Amino acid sequence: MMGDIAIRVDQLGKRYRIGEQQRYQRFSEVLASAAMAPFRQLRDLANRDPLKHRHIWALKDVSFDVKKGEVIGLIGRNGAGKSTLLKILSQITEPTEGSAKIYGRVGSLLEVGTGFHPELTGRENIFLNGAILGMSRNEIKKKFDEIVDFAETETFLDTPVKRYSSGMYTRLAFAVAANLESDILLIDEVLAVGDAAFQRKCMGKMGDVAKTGRTVFFVSHNTGAVARLCQNAILIAGGEMEEYGPATEVVAKYHSESTSVTAEIDLKNYKYRSGSGELRFNWARIRNERGELSSQFSVGDDLYLEFEIEVVRPIDRARLAVTLRASDGLALCNMIDVDSGFEFDRPQRKEIIRIRIDDLRLYPDTYSLGFWSGNLSTTGAYDAIDACLSFHIVDGGRLTQRRLPRNAGILFLTPQWSRESERASVWAA
Amino acid sequence: MSANTVSTSSSAEYDVPLLDLRARHGWEILDVADIWRYRELLWILAMRDVRVRYKQTIVGAAWVVLQPITQMLIFTTLFTLLGRFPTDAKDGIPYAVSLYCALVPWKLFADSMSQSSESIVMNQGLITKVYFPRVIVPIAPIIASFVDFCVAFVVLIVLMACYQIVPTLAILSLPFFVLMVLASAFAVGLWTSAMNAIYRDTRYVFPFLIQLGFWVSPVVIESSVVYNSSKITPLLRIIYDLNPMVMVLNGFRWAMLGKPAPEMQAVITSVVGVSILLVGGLFYFRKMETYFADKV
Repeated sequence: MMGDIAIRVDQLGKRYRIGEQQRYQRFSEVLASAAMAPFRQLRDLANRDPLKHRHIWALKDVSFDVKKGEVIGLIGRNGAGKSTLLKILSQITEPTEGSAKIYGRVGSLLEVGTGFHPELTGRENIFLNGAILGMSRNEIKKKFDEIVDFAETETFLDTPVKRYSSGMYTRLAFAVAANLESDILLIDEVLAVGDAAFQRKCMGKMGDVAKTGRTVFFVSHNTGAVARLCQNAILIAGGEMEEYGPATEVVAKYHSESTSVTAEIDLKNYKYRSGSGELRFNWARIRNERGELSSQFSVGDDLYLEFEIEVVRPIDRARLAVTLRASDGLALCNMIDVDSGFEFDRPQRKEIIRIRIDDLRLYPDTYSLGFWSGNLSTTGAYDAIDACLSFHIVDGGRLTQRRLPRNAGILFLTPQWSRESERASVWAA
Repeated sequence: MSANTVSTSSSAEYDVPLLDLRARHGWEILDVADIWRYRELLWILAMRDVRVRYKQTIVGAAWVVLQPITQMLIFTTLFTLLGRFPTDAKDGIPYAVSLYCALVPWKLFADSMSQSSESIVMNQGLITKVYFPRVIVPIAPIIASFVDFCVAFVVLIVLMACYQIVPTLAILSLPFFVLMVLASAFAVGLWTSAMNAIYRDTRYVFPFLIQLGFWVSPVVIESSVVYNSSKITPLLRIIYDLNPMVMVLNGFRWAMLGKPAPEMQAVITSVVGVSILLVGGLFYFRKMETYFADKV
């Protein structure tokens, strides 16, 4: 009965204090207040959570069971609470209420290469990283060859890691983590690193791990991977558990409700954004060649995107970018203004920006657009909204009358073909 | 209300969870079993710092000794110029040797404590990504500093050989004094590392306190000068003796050079004081560690 559960989460909640966080960050202030109200201060020092500050619940009332050997996915938008849940299950942070019971040894992969020290060699870092992940020295020694093999870095084992290319670095880091022998594996987005070949290798390894009967708890934005690898999935939104069921169903629900397919979207009160807020996106619309609001396009059509930005606090320049994602969340394109020769300097308080994407060469499917703006000299964004406005590419249109199969691909190219026979070459029109 | 209970079942079927994660209330002390389970990680973290430092080979190892030797030379020259040494000239031990004898354990304490204080903040990458008993983090730099201590200690032996000073049987008490240094550094480190992680302004005070400690402790100015001074009232003397490093440094000088032993009451006061600080630190650290990943 109880014996087949790996993780039991019961009404888990996590509250963070926000806003006036600076108030208790200075010990000198704590001392000063202590002088004025000693007992209250001592109690607060112990509790560290006086309720007079504002709080947000990053997680609230989350309950679910994960059976042994299950591969379960966790999806949701940025800021929904996925990482918080993983951190609690990994014992990195404590829940505010509720409980999480774990029946088995846990291996957590929240970041690739945790603890890697640049001055140490690859060999030394394998032992360091392995120990950090919870492997004993003997375990690491036994799996050493497997790790090096997976990482394909045998020749560089005795070079300091600071000399590794980023690809080698991630391969080595993942290789150590992939060989972690634990009953339960918690993975947070670590598959989003490395090149395509490496990603395939990682996916393969994930599949193997799943087959060995270990319980895997997998957080990812790559909903295609989640649908492929996981039996069940949990959808988290706003800190609460919205959906729990077979992975393909949960993924479909996630996509259907996360984008507006009405050719326009009001972003003023849109919640799922990040950024410091100096510049904000107010709304966005898609129009076709005739200027009408439309969310349906044929292959080869021109798409007109218009959106309004508002400058909330003074800035002297900004970068603007529009992101394009396929239906499974795959990032297709990041259209940055400067790449098209568009310099967005001295933004006025409110401006309407228009983009024309010529000749959409995408296979029929649903695609979504996201918006980003920031100042590239710092690392933060002013406003970043992912995948909020969708449009469809449908069959038919001026390029081809054929019905195009959905699984043929993403990019619809029509290159020039030619043929050569013994007599002469003839170019096809 | 319960702590994170950890049972030691094998990985067969269990009805009792291996981990029960819930909010902790109240005060609790170390989970020693957990630390033992992660002892290899502690060793590796300690050795990571040592290995990186000594990997630069000659420079790294030399700096460990260069610093106390330079200090010794500077102060000896200074007092030679002044014409008087802050030491008891009658016992025949050259000031330079006596000074160096105190510089070595002081360096162990100061380095351990300052690196321990910064350890949580410096390792925030690890702390926010991986679980291990957080108390390992302030312990690791103390072990690394101990390695440095051993190297500097060898130079002390060499120095003593040059001046033909032979230690008495009192040298057998040396491990006790070394232990006191480590315990003090750990006790203080528990408090300061937690405070540095939670509060943003404490890190500016601690280096200053170490500087202050350097002058108040009998490193440069030996205790005999203080005890024999007419300006030191009995109250001031008690306050002076409250500093555990007074007992430790005098103990070192006694063990290695044959200078007068620290008084038993000073030893007892210091041991009790450090123990209280240590136990208090363990409770405080454990209470604050739940916030490290959130705040740091």
